[in-house]
Amino acid sequence: MKFYRIYALYLRHFYLIKSSMPRLLDLVYWPTIQIILWGFISKFFTMHSDFYNHTAGIILSAAILYDFLFRSSISFNMLFLEEIWSRNFTNLFIAPLKVSEIITALTCTALIRTLIGIVPAIVLAYPFFGVSLLNLGPSLVLLLLSLYAFGITLGLFVVSGLLRYGPAFENVAWSSLFLLAPLGCIYYPLSILPDWLQMIAKLLPLVYIFEEVRSILLNNIVNYSNIVSALILNLLYFILAVFIFYSAFYEARKRGTLVNVGE
Amino acid sequence: MTTAVIEVKNINKQYGNTEAVKNLNFKINKGSIVGLLGPNGCGKSTTIGMMLGLIKPTSGEIIINNKNIESNRTNILQKMNFISPYIELPKKLTIEENLKVYGRMYGVKNLKDKIFQLMEKLNLSEFKKRKTGELSSGQKNRVSLAKALINEPEILLLDEPTASLDPDVGDYVRSIIEDFSSDNTKTILIASHNMNEVERLCDEVMMMKDGEVIDKGKSLDLVTKHGRKNLEEVFLKIVRNEA
Repeated sequence: MKFYRIYALYLRHFYLIKSSMPRLLDLVYWPTIQIILWGFISKFFTMHSDFYNHTAGIILSAAILYDFLFRSSISFNMLFLEEIWSRNFTNLFIAPLKVSEIITALTCTALIRTLIGIVPAIVLAYPFFGVSLLNLGPSLVLLLLSLYAFGITLGLFVVSGLLRYGPAFENVAWSSLFLLAPLGCIYYPLSILPDWLQMIAKLLPLVYIFEEVRSILLNNIVNYSNIVSALILNLLYFILAVFIFYSAFYEARKRGTLVNVGE
Repeated sequence: MTTAVIEVKNINKQYGNTEAVKNLNFKINKGSIVGLLGPNGCGKSTTIGMMLGLIKPTSGEIIINNKNIESNRTNILQKMNFISPYIELPKKLTIEENLKVYGRMYGVKNLKDKIFQLMEKLNLSEFKKRKTGELSSGQKNRVSLAKALINEPEILLLDEPTASLDPDVGDYVRSIIEDFSSDNTKTILIASHNMNEVERLCDEVMMMKDGEVIDKGKSLDLVTKHGRKNLEEVFLKIVRNEA
C-alpha cells in the first residue's frame, strides 16, 4: 500500500466537502436534529420512568452512539456513491489504486466525515441536556472503535453490492442500518426480545455494545466480556466484508460492469 | 529493432452466450500510434477495457511492458492512462483540484510544476479555479486530456478522443496528441469513428468487426488493398460486407 495514493483519494473528498456549504450543513444538520429530538424524549423518560430515573440521558447516550454508527456507515457508502454519481468511477479503477488502498482511504475519510457531523451534536448534548459521553469512562474509546468498525463493515457490504449490482443497489445503502436497528437493542435491553430473536440478535456486535452502555450508565459496572465479544464479532464481520468486497470487484471485472457502473 | 509494448494473445471475452471479443491477437510496438476502427458494438471498448484491467478476459492474456495485466495491474497502470468522453472528472472540484488529486494518485514528482505546464499547454490556466462541471465540453475535454497526461504515460489509450467536439477544438486536441507522441517513445491506441483523425494520427490501423480484427495495416495500404478512395470507404466496405 502506498500512502500517497490513499492521501490522493482522501483529498478528492476533502475538496468536495470543503467547497460545498450545503454538503457541510447536511453533515451537521441531521445528527444535531437527532440529538435534540432524542434529548427531549430522554428527558421525558428520565422524569417518568422508574427504569431510567437513576441515570439521566441513557437514551440520549444510546442515540448519540447509534448516530455515530449510522454516520460511519452512511459516510462510507456516500464516498463510494459520489464516484458513481459524478461518473468518476472508471477514472479511479484505471488509476494504479489497489483495492486495499481504496478500502483504507474510504475508511479514513469516512471517519473525518462522521466526526464533522457528530462532534457538534455531542458538544450540544451537554449544555442542552446535561449529557456527556465521557460518563462512559475509558470504555468509551473501545465502544466507539467497535461501533466505527461495524459501521465500516456494513458500508463494505453495501459497497460490494454496488460493485456487483450497480447503482440499483443504492436503496440498500440507505436502508441497511434501519434493518439491523431493531435487533441491535439500542434503546432497550436484550431481554425484551423473544427468545428466538435473542439468539439472532446475539450475532450482532451492537447488542454487546449497547448492553455495555446500559451496564456502565445504570449500574456503573464495566463488563469487559461485552466489549471483547463486540470486538471479536466486529473482526470476524470485517474480514468477511473485505473478502466479499474483493469477490465483488473480481465479479465486476468478469461481468464488465466497472466500465459503465455510473450509467 | 522495434519492441512490442502491448501484446494481446488469444483474447476472448464472453458475456453469457454473447462473444464480445473472439480470439484477438495483435502487438503494438513502442512509439507507434495505432487506430482501432469498427462499428458500434464490435468489441473496441471491451478490448480497451481488458487492456486497462477493467474487464477480465474469459481466456487469453494481455502483456504490457512484458508484464501480464492480470497479475501486475497496479504497476502497469502507473505508466498508462486513458481518456474517454463517457467518463468524467468530479464536477464539483476545480480543474486545479482534479489535477492535484490525480497527480498525487499517480505519484507525480514536482506536481505543482507539472500542473502549471499542462495548464499552460492546454490553455487552461485562466480557468484553473473554475469547477470542472461549469466548463464547456471543449474545456472539459482539455481537462480530461490534462488528467490523462499528468503521469506522462508511456501508453495512452484514447476512446473517441474528439467525439462531440467542434472541428476547431478537435483539431487542437489532435495537435496535442501529435505533440505528445513526437519523441517516438509514447505508444498510443485510438478507438475512433473519425476516419480523418485516424488517417492523420495513426501509423497503423486495425479494423474490428463482430469481436475480431478482420484487417490491419497502414491507412494507405488498406485503401489500396480494398480499392477504395479513402479509409472511410474501406470502413463502409468492411462493415457492409461489400465486394
